[in-house]
Amino acid sequence: MELTREEESALKGENGETMQMAYRILVATGEATDAEKLIPIEWAHLSGVNYNTIGDAGEEFLSTISKDARVSVKTTLNPMGFDIDNVSNYKLDENFISKQLSIRNSYETMGVIPSFSCIPYEIFDIPKNGTQVAFAESNAAIHANSYDNLKTNKESAFSALASAIVGKSPYSSLRKEDTPNITIEMKVKNPNELSYGMLGFFAGKVGDTSVNISGLAEMDQRQCKAMCGGMGTSGTCAKFNFGEGDSNTEKIEFDEKEMQNVHDELNTSEKGDIITLGSPQLGLDEISDLTAKLKGRSFEKRCMVFLPRTVKEQAQKIGYISELERAGCEILSDCCTCLTPLISKDDVDAVTTNSIKGAFYLKNSNGVGVNLKSLKEIVEDETR
Amino acid sequence: MNKILVSGKVEGIVLKSNDPINFLGTVDKKTGIISDKNHTLFEKSMKNLVLVFPSGIGSSVGAYTIYSIKSNNTAPIAMICKKADLTVATGCALANIPLITISDEEFESIKTGMNLSLDTDSTTLIHYQ
Repeated sequence: MELTREEESALKGENGETMQMAYRILVATGEATDAEKLIPIEWAHLSGVNYNTIGDAGEEFLSTISKDARVSVKTTLNPMGFDIDNVSNYKLDENFISKQLSIRNSYETMGVIPSFSCIPYEIFDIPKNGTQVAFAESNAAIHANSYDNLKTNKESAFSALASAIVGKSPYSSLRKEDTPNITIEMKVKNPNELSYGMLGFFAGKVGDTSVNISGLAEMDQRQCKAMCGGMGTSGTCAKFNFGEGDSNTEKIEFDEKEMQNVHDELNTSEKGDIITLGSPQLGLDEISDLTAKLKGRSFEKRCMVFLPRTVKEQAQKIGYISELERAGCEILSDCCTCLTPLISKDDVDAVTTNSIKGAFYLKNSNGVGVNLKSLKEIVEDETR
Repeated sequence: MNKILVSGKVEGIVLKSNDPINFLGTVDKKTGIISDKNHTLFEKSMKNLVLVFPSGIGSSVGAYTIYSIKSNNTAPIAMICKKADLTVATGCALANIPLITISDEEFESIKTGMNLSLDTDSTTLIHYQ
């Protein structure tokens, strides 16, 4: 990797220990991914926020570096473990709460925008076409590359943090160009968001860094997010290229049988004790649509709805939140289904959800059963 | 292939594993001891040794384990791998532990108990003693 004279001296420690460590992370990541240089980025989105995932080691590390580390570009943040406004309604111990608040404090001290959202592409303005960014949240990296005309690799928590501090990222892989060697043809008829989530999950398994995808109908935002969330869960692939691809690519069909395979892998229960909506978190359009679908109806069991705080505030003004609460929804901002500490197998045997990403983590991390249903089916079956 | 991921200069005794290492799941973050019964380095400490292994596997959060063992003074003084993976690369970068990759042939030639010096500024990265 070629470094400029300024970068070399920062790597040697001439701009302090924190900057030296950030450069060490970028160089190690760059060498591992065959980058030839570092390039400027305009926006970093960090993962490694939920105490459930980073634990004491992460909390201590962030507390130490926040003493002098400061981000140098716009930096946004993934969800944490709970919503402080209603955390007392859930069985979380004091230690979890205080460690999580310490993590929040460390990021704020470093100058990070406390957005606590996995859908930065939906709640922040998108920079101009081709802008280099550094997104660690997998669904956000895939959405940025596939739908927002931004360029990012699927960053780790560490390379995104180092990129935020330095303002640069290694120039490798999807930042340069990508020529997928696989083309997936969507053959499933009348797909809903669940079908697109399973398509994404399948694509993440068979793809390397990017895939071509063809046969898609017009998709709404819910379906696009489901596809990105599914792909981010099952592999390292971080971009959909829409189209047939050239004749050299391997052609693979995603048909009813392939979809059934994914369904069988993730759907482990006939029914759920509670319902979760949101992983990725719901945006304002989805909240508006959900409110309309629930008009005059109420849930017959608990339904947790995850959304960013800014979306909650907008939805409150319009009156959606009171309508959703009337229908029995628990509204949670700053957190998400994915790796939530709020659902425990001690209390819950199985969860109903329309999220493939949520299903994967509920099954593997929370250890609960999963019952997959589309939002349409959830409203039909679980409300009256 | 030879790559320098984290630079540095050290000398020490080799602890080698032909199994990859999952730092998050199987390395104790206080003691640096491997707790996986099925691993060739089961119950071995990597403290102050040159750890030689094919590559890291498992969650990227394992990088924090490498940072923790360094903070607890139970970390290896250097790591040498066949293949660079992002978990070990970022973990060694966080903890400032020298990390290089080497060819399959050189990897095969290194054995537990050998004494070697590693200098990433030298043209021959490894000198055997």
